Amino acid sequence: MERRKMVLDAKGVKKYFPITSSFFKRHVGDVYAVDDVDVYVREGETLGIVGESGCGKTTLGRAILRVIQPTEGVCNFVRRDGETVDVFQLNENQLRETRRDMQMIFQDPYASLNPRMIIRDIIGEPLRYNSNLSGAEITERVKELLDLVGLNPRHLERYPHAFSGGQRQRIGIARALATTPRFIVCDEAVSALDVSVQAQVINLLQRLQSQLNLSYMFISHDLSVIQHISDRVGVMYVGKMVEQASSEDIFRRPLHPYTEALLSAKPIADPRLKKEKILLEGETPNPANPPSGCYFHPRCRYKCDVCAKERPAYRELEKGHFVACHRAEELTLDGVYRN
Amino acid sequence: MAETRKNDVLLEVKDLKVHFQMNEGLLKAVDGVDLTVREGRTLGIVGESGCGKSVTNQALIGIVPHPGVVTGQILLHKKRGVALEKPIDIVKLPRNGKEIRSIRGGDIGMIFQEPMKAFSPVHTIANQLCEGIMLHVEPNKKKAWDIALHALEQVGVNNPRQRMNEYPHQLSGGMRQRAMIAMALSCNPAILIADEPTTALDVTMQAQVLKLMNDLKREFNSAVIFITHDLGVIAEMSDDVAVMYLGRVVEYTDVDTLFHNPKHPYTIALLQSIPSVTRKAKSELEVIEGTVPYPMNMKPGCGFYSRCKKRVDGLCNVQDVPLVDIGNGHKVRCMLDEARRP
Repeated sequence: MERRKMVLDAKGVKKYFPITSSFFKRHVGDVYAVDDVDVYVREGETLGIVGESGCGKTTLGRAILRVIQPTEGVCNFVRRDGETVDVFQLNENQLRETRRDMQMIFQDPYASLNPRMIIRDIIGEPLRYNSNLSGAEITERVKELLDLVGLNPRHLERYPHAFSGGQRQRIGIARALATTPRFIVCDEAVSALDVSVQAQVINLLQRLQSQLNLSYMFISHDLSVIQHISDRVGVMYVGKMVEQASSEDIFRRPLHPYTEALLSAKPIADPRLKKEKILLEGETPNPANPPSGCYFHPRCRYKCDVCAKERPAYRELEKGHFVACHRAEELTLDGVYRN
Repeated sequence: MAETRKNDVLLEVKDLKVHFQMNEGLLKAVDGVDLTVREGRTLGIVGESGCGKSVTNQALIGIVPHPGVVTGQILLHKKRGVALEKPIDIVKLPRNGKEIRSIRGGDIGMIFQEPMKAFSPVHTIANQLCEGIMLHVEPNKKKAWDIALHALEQVGVNNPRQRMNEYPHQLSGGMRQRAMIAMALSCNPAILIADEPTTALDVTMQAQVLKLMNDLKREFNSAVIFITHDLGVIAEMSDDVAVMYLGRVVEYTDVDTLFHNPKHPYTIALLQSIPSVTRKAKSELEVIEGTVPYPMNMKPGCGFYSRCKKRVDGLCNVQDVPLVDIGNGHKVRCMLDEARRP
């Protein structure tokens, strides 16, 4: 793959949610939702973020767009005019301007569209705030967008309830595309859809990416969707990035034991490929009270003494292959069998 | 699927229909389903939302909501492990009668999708487990408590003694689902219905629960009806599979045939539309155009007609398509099948 230009380069992103006591709202601790995570996304590339519920993948996506205020970190974003800005340092006006270039697609197409607004207003809303188009121009643009995502442009006056789940997700995509962004965070964008409809939306996202040269950060818990759509994949566990590499490397030669276990746990739609599974004992730890050392060590089958004591460094072991595991150098782990 | 072994059949569903008369018209949620449940085997039912898989299972234990009308036959061949001279037809039993209540939970256990919703939030785990046990197995409260504790141990709930006195909200998702399985198993049902039991769980949790269910099935030689929309889970859990679409079974065969020699265009399209970790990335996925039609006031003909790539006008949309055995118990509901081609 040729070196593409960086669109987003975030370093040391942290988001802690404070836990307060009910009395006097005294600060008694923190939930480490995202803890010191580095991510980068290049132009026209899809970065998949995978992990189990509560691992902080959604919080990471939101922090990067500054939908929620991050606790710490740097997030360098290259705008369409070529200027690099630190999203976390922008004031409100600058942020609004920058948001034209970074958008979000949400998980639940039933909850993310206002039932009292018609489609033209839903899709046109970002344009009313972020452009100086007139009303008629906005309507024209909305028609274009509907056509782009495969919906009938004549359905402008309809309310969301008249559309099926897949169609609603297309409306959500059209809304995200309204301001011609360069970077879109797709937060579980296809998880709520039926399999046959899911394929339609995945194809649409891929087609739009090559047509408009979009960069995605695609957040999902579904490994096969992640594998299908991503160029690079980041695996998160309890607020930490444990491994990040090209999709090929993650799925063929994982370096972190958690990635290996995750791949192994995924049911494969072929009864002839039954294999021994690595079953993880127990559950994901509470991010308010994580275990000592490596967060994964209580469930890891390769753990040794150092794992319980020291936190492993997140380092680039091979070119473009980052991992946070003490024993990454010595272990040979299994990826996904492919025929 | 050997048709000769008749005596291991536990439950037979024949031409099951569940219709809802709504103000807008007649909604055929389930429209002529035939299934056979055998001892020690898992029957997987797979389909997209709205295909009638959950309503089918509600009919099996007689809990179809109002104003659903159930017709057809659901024949229970064994009760408490004893073969019956004359099978019980669950459809004919009164909804709140003594007999259906002894079958529900007793002979047929049920695991629901969302354990948070299925459990009562104001009763302890012990309370809820013991209720069923005292009704079906052991009227003595103390002994029932021991059975419940044993069931929790069996499904791998850690610290079961403490869990017994806790409320559902104090348990994590995976633990709740285990408690749910313990509840269904504590009455030793011959048939276990699992309605999307792992959909709300993470992959690593899902792997644990699936393994547990397979181990328990082997241990008790019970029959399992496993409902899911996830073809990966079907491949791992089932022996036989019924693919449902719009309230009908469109293909019914053993799991290997389903994945390696599917016949119905819907099954084929469904298998091609899932992104798989064993397939080439970034390729265009095969899609099924359109969405599942709403099963109200349906025209006669094949239900998949509007989305099928191979449809033939004047053949597929004329009359309802029967489910035909094309050999070795492989049943397909398609006019374009070779055996039926004019």
